[in-house]
Amino acid sequence: MPTLVFADNIGGKITKSSLEAVSYAASMGDEVVAVTYGNIDGDGGLGNYGAKKVIVASGVTTQDSQQLTKLVVQASTSVGANTIVFSHDNTGKSIAPRVAARLDAGLVAGATALPAGDEIKKNVFSGKAMAYVKVNTDKKVISVLPNSVGLKATGGSAEVESFSGDLGNAGVKVIEFKPTSADGAIPLPEAELVVSAGRGMKGPENWGIVEDLANVLGATTACSRPVADIGWRPHHEHVGQTGVAIRPNLYIAIGISGAIQHLAGVNGSKVIVVINTDPEAPFFKAADYGIVGDAFEVVPKLTEAFKAFQAAH
Amino acid sequence: MKILVCISKAPDTTSRIAFTDNGTAFDENGVQFIVNPYDEWYALVRALELKETQGGSVTTVTVGGVDCDPIIRKALAIGSDDAVRINTDPKDSLFVAKQIAAYAKDNAFDLVLLGKETIDYNGAVVGGMVAELLDVPFVSFAIKMEVNGSTATLEREVQGGVEVVEANFPLVVSAAKGMAEQRIPNMRGIMAARTKPLQIVEAQDVSTSTTIVRYELPPAKAAVKLVSADNVAELVELLHKEAKVI
Repeated sequence: MPTLVFADNIGGKITKSSLEAVSYAASMGDEVVAVTYGNIDGDGGLGNYGAKKVIVASGVTTQDSQQLTKLVVQASTSVGANTIVFSHDNTGKSIAPRVAARLDAGLVAGATALPAGDEIKKNVFSGKAMAYVKVNTDKKVISVLPNSVGLKATGGSAEVESFSGDLGNAGVKVIEFKPTSADGAIPLPEAELVVSAGRGMKGPENWGIVEDLANVLGATTACSRPVADIGWRPHHEHVGQTGVAIRPNLYIAIGISGAIQHLAGVNGSKVIVVINTDPEAPFFKAADYGIVGDAFEVVPKLTEAFKAFQAAH
Repeated sequence: MKILVCISKAPDTTSRIAFTDNGTAFDENGVQFIVNPYDEWYALVRALELKETQGGSVTTVTVGGVDCDPIIRKALAIGSDDAVRINTDPKDSLFVAKQIAAYAKDNAFDLVLLGKETIDYNGAVVGGMVAELLDVPFVSFAIKMEVNGSTATLEREVQGGVEVVEANFPLVVSAAKGMAEQRIPNMRGIMAARTKPLQIVEAQDVSTSTTIVRYELPPAKAAVKLVSADNVAELVELLHKEAKVI
């Protein structure tokens, strides 16, 4: 029985988190069929991550949860899939629950590992613990936490089929799309490298050294909540419990004390580096590497050290 | 405008997380419970603001036992008109969504508002499920919402940016940071909350589609490796050779 994966795209480009969902489904072992919408070039690269077939609803141009739910439900019936996989990104979070409710299927939201037996692991309590969840229904919906399972390129390609069912009208009309970054920076939830700074920077005019470091690394910039609240940085950069939750490979935190609410948004990072003048800053307890020192001295030196490293490798 | 706000109980953000019964149950010992912050700060407060400008009523609904009453009274103190508690253990997200949808269907709300996720199970799924069960549009991760007659204009966080959207009532909206500012209840609100109606409703008999088998705490983190501020090149070496992230 094939596994169906919903693949999202932005302007025709399949998102990285969706490719991860396809890799996840392929690793489960059954044949993978992906379903997507809009204007996709060929198989959109989905075949390279394990999809054998891609169903494209080219008539759907906006991310309307009702239309996309109908699309996924109809595709699951036509291919006979009992398991449907999503990414647990903003798109997946708006469609996976609708699909689960429509099919009366158990949903594991934010899976961090492949199913082991009939148990699927996920994070709970904002990453402070993990839970093993069992689905009691025959039909299952799994949404995969971004940056938790990785990509597996297979070199394959997929057969493309166009979708022809009736998806009704969009209940939500899109007036405008405002991209977070016009310059093509990687969005925070997908970023593998993140450089973040907080009140220790003393003022918005001092962010130049943070941006220099991020530029050298090709990292996305982020900030702590107080800094976003007082308007030094835009709100979309705020990582933490009430902001964006991130799971990069490397998180460099500069002048951030590490309040528990901040840690809740960044504890999924694989490696955490903390730079702070205060050796008692709580963030050092959650860090892998630390430098006790003044950001205004340490950060430019670190930028130079990364440049020297890149020149040598 | 008739607004229903879904309110959930969650452990305070600073709670120590622990489990009992061989890791099968959350240890509530010493844990302070609060209104899930997204439900309170963003969904409830925006609902009250809309009521203040548009007229109408704000009802809260909670799926849970009598232990939820303190957080329901807190919401009443902040300003909701009345409250409903569906008297059952909230077993999983689809179970909760079915309870809320059944109540909402019987009581014809224009708008169902809830926080983008709870801070305990972090599923972010109840809103979408309720919308599907009611067969109405769903706007997730709204950071702004204005109402004009029977139409709402919202801004919502999507992959790669912000979408400005329009939808007609009835509608389900999940609220993220930006929708409103936290309100601290005043003494008058706290006094009034004592006598505001809290209706207890019997639960629907529905099956549970998922079960948590057990919990686990993450492995203890090794102590931080400190690098001298005078030797940042060593940090770059460690990130390359030891951590292998660059």
